[in-house]
Amino acid sequence: MSVPSTPPRPAAANSVWPRLEPLLPQVTKPIQYVGGELGAVVKDWDTATVRWALMYPDAYEVGLPNQGVQILYEVLNELPDVLAERTYAVWPDLESLMRTHGVPQFTVDAHRAVRDFDVFGISFSTELGYTNLLTAIDLAGIPMLAADRTDADPVIVAGGHAAFNPEPIADFVDAAVLGDGEEAVLEITTIVREWKSEGSPGGRDELLLRLARTESVYVPRFYDVDYLPDGRIQRVVPNRADVPFRVHKRTTMDLDAWPYPKKPLVPLAETVHERYAVEIFRGCTRGCRFCQAGMITRPVRERSITTVGQMVQQGLEFSGFHEVGLLSLSSADHSEIGDMCSGLAEQYAGTNVSLSLPSTRVDAFNIDLAQELSRNGRRTGLTFAPEGGSERIRKVINKMVSEEDLIRTVVTAYTNGWRQVKLYFMCGLPTETDDDVLQIARMAHEVIKAGRAATGSKDIRCTVSIGGFVPKPHTPFQWAKMERPEVIDGRLRMLKQEINSDRSLGRAIGFRYHDGEPSLIEGLLSRGDRRVGAVIRRVWENGGRFDGWSEHFSYQRWVDAAAETLPAFGVDLDWYTTRERDELEVLPWDHLDSGLDKDWLWKDWQDSTSEYEQDDCRWTPCFDCGVCPSMDTEIQIGPTGQKLLPLTPLNGAGLKVPTHTHP
Amino acid sequence: MRRAGVPIAFSQGFSPHPKISYASAAPTGVASEAEYLEIGLREPVDPEQLRAALDAALSPGLDIMDAVVASGGGLADRIEASHWRIELPEVEPAVLDRAVAAFTAAEEVQVERMTKQGRRTFDARAAVISIDVVASPQTPSGAAAVPCAILELVVRQVTPSVRPDDVLSGLRVVADLEPPVSPRVIRLAQGTLTAQGAIVDPLDADRDGAAIV
Repeated sequence: MSVPSTPPRPAAANSVWPRLEPLLPQVTKPIQYVGGELGAVVKDWDTATVRWALMYPDAYEVGLPNQGVQILYEVLNELPDVLAERTYAVWPDLESLMRTHGVPQFTVDAHRAVRDFDVFGISFSTELGYTNLLTAIDLAGIPMLAADRTDADPVIVAGGHAAFNPEPIADFVDAAVLGDGEEAVLEITTIVREWKSEGSPGGRDELLLRLARTESVYVPRFYDVDYLPDGRIQRVVPNRADVPFRVHKRTTMDLDAWPYPKKPLVPLAETVHERYAVEIFRGCTRGCRFCQAGMITRPVRERSITTVGQMVQQGLEFSGFHEVGLLSLSSADHSEIGDMCSGLAEQYAGTNVSLSLPSTRVDAFNIDLAQELSRNGRRTGLTFAPEGGSERIRKVINKMVSEEDLIRTVVTAYTNGWRQVKLYFMCGLPTETDDDVLQIARMAHEVIKAGRAATGSKDIRCTVSIGGFVPKPHTPFQWAKMERPEVIDGRLRMLKQEINSDRSLGRAIGFRYHDGEPSLIEGLLSRGDRRVGAVIRRVWENGGRFDGWSEHFSYQRWVDAAAETLPAFGVDLDWYTTRERDELEVLPWDHLDSGLDKDWLWKDWQDSTSEYEQDDCRWTPCFDCGVCPSMDTEIQIGPTGQKLLPLTPLNGAGLKVPTHTHP
Repeated sequence: MRRAGVPIAFSQGFSPHPKISYASAAPTGVASEAEYLEIGLREPVDPEQLRAALDAALSPGLDIMDAVVASGGGLADRIEASHWRIELPEVEPAVLDRAVAAFTAAEEVQVERMTKQGRRTFDARAAVISIDVVASPQTPSGAAAVPCAILELVVRQVTPSVRPDDVLSGLRVVADLEPPVSPRVIRLAQGTLTAQGAIVDPLDADRDGAAIV
């Protein structure tokens, strides 16, 4: 590596920089709007045939580390005739200045106006980013409704997990892509390139039709939704010939063939994660019934130990990061995780590189791995996720962990020198009673008692962290009713009292939780249909921004907007959230195919209420969730039997002096 | 440092930190052509090679101009004053002339600024060694059609520090000078101060030793 990949910023002809720069001294953290990160790419506008603006709809500090956007940015920019730039949600202080001074939504790479791009792709990890989508569309000068857009506007494509039910934003986006993005963006690029080279025949409508015909790009305008008199959906049907009845998710099968990010973005501004993150596998078949990620990313596809080793080496060398995260939905489940951890710990011994594993599996093996990774001295935190406080509720959610497992595991952590562990639970789960939640306190008390007995020390702690349950599409809980926020908040208060009912034990237990209100709104958005778009728009018009941030979120604003807009459709906020659906109800996302068989999901939902536990198909026979046959995929796991390649440690390499002079 | 392969030294203790310290960094939103930092190394390296490696590893716009082996004494002790240029677009040079004259004539000019300790009031006048309106301005960066007054300042390093925006606040206090658009500020130099009021590169004292590795 001799010359930085980023050329000096060219004064792009279509740059808004001269108008943006004078505003920056007046806003907080102006460096987030400047660009110029290591790994950023600025290409010539005129020689590019297909131009993508990619957005993560949250603040730069949250959006920049996002893996999905970084991967697509790199995959697209590797094509010589394709240009991809990034844009993030601007904070309200800059938004207001941009409106006053007529500065449009811009990319951070070359500060180009988003409206000038061919495709505007937005990745939604959470539905709470929807209001930020509306801000970006509006600031970009693009008509808010997809129906009002012309050939002068980019095609707005939503992706990410929330895109598995894009109906609430169906009026605002032109298309949605379900599943893995790597190959999907290339296919869309090919279609746009061909359509443009033919002279854009048939305009925007023809382009959208070509995208829809792939059967893996959902174009909401080509589908009509009919409703029953009681407000439920009657049917969703295509309104155009040769548009598929169902749109299928994309699955990238061979992760070794897609070793991205190779050149991770290294921000100049401070961000939430500053590390080289490598996905060690995608998908999860643990079968936790609340977990949308685990359901929609099946089957499990492992990245091999050798590819992971190479990615870590190259990623660190390129970026200079000193932290590595081995990410996945359940990292300890990789078939070669033991060799991977010990191999990496060995290679980076004495280099100040720290390795971390998001640890949620409740067993001693997890602690062995954490021990291995902390050989370098720095001890990462241990988090265990029993998710439910009582044995009964854990069966309901299919989290197969017994109380003995948990106590034994946490005690092992304490005896191995950890002074603090974090325990993660959920509140508001289907069938949950007050007692299920109070059991969390008892469990935490037992953990501390056992820990004190085993270590002979009072210097041990645990933190109980509670998340609110939100039923998500394409999961067995998609039919479930939500609890009202008052009930959730009441249970959390009781739990807090119960934890502190023993003062000695209570002092050793930290308690963190989110209140129930944001979860209810997330529930509205995650299982909403097209009518919910009116609520989103009203909230945005009333100033709703950054709904994922507690300091910006206003529950009342959502409640009011729902009360103003939904009665016209004969429904209300409760109808979407606290109502249980029955088997035959047409769900807003039924025409979007995640591969999961709806009959299997229903059976698993019934099994949950009878507390039947479903095993993992990696180690037990297939239980017919439907993904592999319908998507023509299969589980891809090791072990490969390979070892990490011996690498030159970063440290001994010495100064990296460029071979040719840098201007 | 890691990208450049610099054998940086780490502090001792439970969470070791790399030994890097910045001397009198320019405030946010201010351009600079003269920033200095000190780094501690585990082993000797050739300063020119170090400079080239760091320069290549940094983002465009962040250029490493020079590196020398420290012969002793802290860098911070050698930063006695800073030379700034302030471009004031849409301000008539004659207006600025009058404001500067009023500022220079004043014994002291009390200004306010929010600091980490809260709002503070201090004198912005005494630390200013020279303040001149540049007579024949070169074309400033950006639009050339509008008038643009240019100010050159040499300010002594004091506590609390007097920054270019404090001097601008001072001009507002003494002459109601309100720039219509944000001023552009550039640090041109910082270092030790001679009796004549000139700034000397703080690395000069080490330069003879640079060849000895």
